[in-house]
Formats: sequence, C-alpha cells, structure tokens
Amino acid sequence: MIDSLYIAWKYIAFNKFKTATLVACITLIAFLPVALERLLNESERQLMSRAVSTPLVVGAKGSALDLMMNTLYFDDEVPELITMEAANRVMDSELALPIPLYVRFQARGNPIVGTTLDYFAFRGLRIAEGRQLAVLGDCVLGARVAESLGLKAGDSLVSSPETLFDLAGVYPLKMTLAGVLEKSHTSDDLAVFVDLKTAWVIQGLGHGHEDVTKLQDPTLVLKRTAKSVAATAKLYHHTEIMEKNIDGFHFHGDLAQYPLTAVVAVPQDDKSATILRGRYLTREETRQIVRPADVIDGLLQNIFRIKNVLDAVISVVALATILAIILVFALSLRLRQREIQTIFRLGCRRATIARLLAAEILIIVIMSGVFCGALIFVVNQFSNDLVRMLFIS
Amino acid sequence: MIQIESLKFQYHDNGFHLSVPHFAVRAGEKVAVVGPSGSGKTTLLNLLAGILTPMAGSIQVDETSVSDLNDAGRRDFRIRNIGFVFQDFELLDYLSILDNILHPYRITSALKLTGQVCQRAIFLAEQMGVAGQLKKHPGKLSQGEKQRVAICRALLPQPRLILADEATGNLDPDNKTLILDLLFSAVSDHHATLLAVTHDHELLKRFDRVVDFQEFQNKEAA
Repeated sequence: MIDSLYIAWKYIAFNKFKTATLVACITLIAFLPVALERLLNESERQLMSRAVSTPLVVGAKGSALDLMMNTLYFDDEVPELITMEAANRVMDSELALPIPLYVRFQARGNPIVGTTLDYFAFRGLRIAEGRQLAVLGDCVLGARVAESLGLKAGDSLVSSPETLFDLAGVYPLKMTLAGVLEKSHTSDDLAVFVDLKTAWVIQGLGHGHEDVTKLQDPTLVLKRTAKSVAATAKLYHHTEIMEKNIDGFHFHGDLAQYPLTAVVAVPQDDKSATILRGRYLTREETRQIVRPADVIDGLLQNIFRIKNVLDAVISVVALATILAIILVFALSLRLRQREIQTIFRLGCRRATIARLLAAEILIIVIMSGVFCGALIFVVNQFSNDLVRMLFIS
Repeated sequence: MIQIESLKFQYHDNGFHLSVPHFAVRAGEKVAVVGPSGSGKTTLLNLLAGILTPMAGSIQVDETSVSDLNDAGRRDFRIRNIGFVFQDFELLDYLSILDNILHPYRITSALKLTGQVCQRAIFLAEQMGVAGQLKKHPGKLSQGEKQRVAICRALLPQPRLILADEATGNLDPDNKTLILDLLFSAVSDHHATLLAVTHDHELLKRFDRVVDFQEFQNKEAA
C-alpha cells in the first residue's frame, strides 16, 4: 500500500493544478455547511443568551428589532428616542428596576453607552483595571475596546462628532478613562460606558462654561437683567471635564425630558413583569415594552428559514460538484488508459491499478479533510467575532 | 529458450487469427521479427509474455509452460522473466527517471525493492548514459534518452527474455544505432534472449536471425 501511496502522491504532486482544483472543490463543499451550522449555532447562542438575560425593554413604538439590536448589541441604528420620564415611570410603578440606556454616540468607532451603575450590576460586569464611573466625564471601556485602542485607566478618549462639517452639531468631549472591564465575551466588551449625564454632555444638553454673572468682556454678554444673563455665541464651552471646571457643568430644563434610547426593566418577579407589560398595551401608549427573547426568537426563526434554503442550495451544489468530480476521475481514467495498459503489461494486477486510483482519491480526500479541518478550526476560534461581524453588526 | 508448438490464437472482436505450428529461439539469441503491419508480430510478443492466452498449442519459455499457467501465474512469470521495451517508451510523466526505472518494483509484490535494487538501477542508468538525469521527469528528456530509460526499466528485474516492440521506431538514425548497440550490449551482459519486432531493415543484419512473419504465416497457410 505504501508503494501505491507513493506513486499516487507523485501523480498528485505532478498534476498540481488539477489536484488543487479538486481539493478546493471538496474542501468547500465539506466546509460550507459545517461552517454555516457552526456560525448559526454560535449566533443563536450569542443572540439568545443576551436576550434571555434581559427580561424587558421599554422603548419608543416602532421596530422592536431595531430597539433590541440597539439595546442588547449597541447597534448604531438608533431607534426612536424616549425620555427619562419612561425610566421614572418604571421606577414609580415599583414593579421593576429601570436601567436607562442612551446608545447614540461613538468614540473611535465604538458605541458610547450612557447608563447608570445598575447596568454593571445587572450584567455582572466587573472592573479589571482602574475604578468604576464616579464623576462626570468618566468612561469605562469594554475589554476588547481597551485592547484594540491600546488604552488603560488614566488615559483619555475623545467622543466622535456626529457630523464632521456641522458646526452647530455635537462637539467632541474628551473623556477620562476611569477603568477597564473584565472580558465578558458579549457586546459589552466592545462598548465605551459613560454615565447618562456624560452622554447628555456629549450631545450638548449639558455643558460647562465660565460663570456668566462674572463676565467682564461686553462682547460675551448679549443681555443682562437683574435675574439673568444671556451670553453670546462667543462664550467658550469646555470640551473636557476637569476638576477645575466640573462645577461649571450644568443642565438646562427638566431632566425627565432628556433623551434615552431604551430602558431595561428588571421586574421583581413574573407577576410584576406581567402587570408591567399590561400597562403598555393601551392604544394611546407611545411606548412599547418587549421581551427580548421573543423578538430574538422571531429573528432566529427567519435566520433558520434562510439557513434551510441555503442548506438546500449547498446540497444541490454539493451534488453537482460530486458529479463533476466523478466525471473528472472518469475522464482522467480514460486519458490514462495507455498508462494503465503499460502498467498491466509490466506485470501489475488489475487490483493494483484500482489500488493506485483509490490511493489518489484517498490522498485528495485526506488533503481536503485537513484543509476543511483547518478552516473549521479557524471558524471555531473566531466564531464569536465572525458572528458579531456577520449577523449582529 | 523459446519453444512454440501448434499455437493458435484469435481475437474475438476483429476475427484476426494467428497460427504458429513451430517456432523456436535459443537462449542468448537475438532474433528480429519482421513483417507487414497486422501480420501478428505484436500478438506473438503478447502471447509470449502471457498477456494474451492461446486458444490451442503450447508456449514454453525455458522450463515454464506459459500456456499452462493461470492469470496470476502468467503475471508472476511476466514480471520475473520478461523485460518489455515499447516503441513509445511508455514512461510515466509524473515519475522521475529513477522512479520510472524502479516502477516494476513498486507495482507488484513479486519484486522486492531493496537498496541493492536501487544501486543496480543507478548502475544501469550509468551504463545507458542517463545517470545524470535520474531526478528529472521524462518530459525533459530527448527521445533517445527516454528509450534508454525504458531499456533500464526492462533490464532491472534481470529478465531472461527481452521483448522489444519496435523499440527504435520513434528514433532518428543516429539514435537507432546507439539504442540498438546499448540494447545488444545489455542483453549480452545479462545473458538474456532478445526478440525484437522491427520494420527497420537496415538494422536486421545485426541480429543473429531474422524471422519474416508474413512468409512464416504464408508457409503455414500453404
């Protein structure tokens, strides 16, 4: 058998292009369905685990899927906004703990998640380095963000402007990196967490500037009365929150009307959850409350329906490829008839000729298996990121 | 060495039949078989090698009655006793020259590939002047060099009988003489018997004996 393998190997090595084509065909046909299965299983695991661990989400009426993708995976598609009043309403109901979320801005391509400290406790996120959010302007990085940006506690990170050429738009805010979270292998690893108020400062709803009552430069004052002072646009706004200027930061208007993208509601028990859900069922209600598991389950149903179609397509392609491979071998056998005849005339048995061909097929299948195994190994290693890149992002 | 008596053979598909009442070749003899195409020269070589089975009569090579052997026996006899040299060399493109020479040892368990055999293959290649080409593939060799490699392959198992089927048919005149010189010298060195089918009448005088197959067949018909 070793001699058969040796001769077969020589044939395969000599006919590199033909071999490479056959190996590529077999590898792809074996790899595609397995990889698809692995990726879908991983996507199901990731999507479901996150969804199941999030009991209820309150958001504006509209696409529940957009709301889920933004709330659970910090997708950059921002849903219709709600206000802080929605969180207060959940709190006032005493049925659930509200965790407000404002996921709208980005810092160097990573989503900025404005929330409260309850979020960290709810997700079980722990600080690996540095400290938790403490003052306005602090941020805490997910492990992967810190890794990819090469940042550590004490460094600073600037938020990205929404639109570069809009002078009236959101100005970048230089944030202080308070700490880095432990790896959680979820979307939290890829987020920049800030306090809700810091998120509002990024939007410009909260700002810091000199005390206008003490302004001496007349070009900075638009109107001065006994009760108030109106400043001109020349007044300098701070773009970094520091110890010396933090007291100058303030918010105008009612905080209850400040924007949020969603509120995660953590009910005390199933009964509380049911009652709370019931309160959002009226026709006049402008908000919706959804169970993420139901929404993600619907999404997965669609994905798996598509997967069934893909499986069928792959099966047909696999069948066509196998037939083509059989044809290649049959034609190759015809082309090699003379060679086979010579080997036979030299004294070889018909069975040995069959063994030589079998050895060639075996080597090609083994090579395809090795390549397929290597590719599947790579998919397994990076399935987490691939799923996030292909399905979730 | 070769003794054929009352041999009869017929192909099922085209009706061609061969009849040889008596044909003998002595050990060490170099015999040329000539005759027009289709007269049965190659068929005779295939019958002697045990590739084809006669319908009647006997073929004796030394002490072995080839016509009485079964399939496995004929194969075993062929691999041990017959060296084939073909007109188109029949070398395998994907094997190196050394692997081509050693090929019979890799395709049958009747021959054992040892270090000694490899040494012998190199020695034969040196004798045939192709020792410098052992790592190359046949595609890189000239026609004459390919035939020399084919002769090495035929001689390696030290056969008692060399069957050459128009071995010089595809060669230019210079190479024809050279190849025949090498073949004769190797056959003599190995104390083998040579039965060569040829159309080349210029080379016939160099053989010990020439058998005109057409005349031979006509005589039989008469």
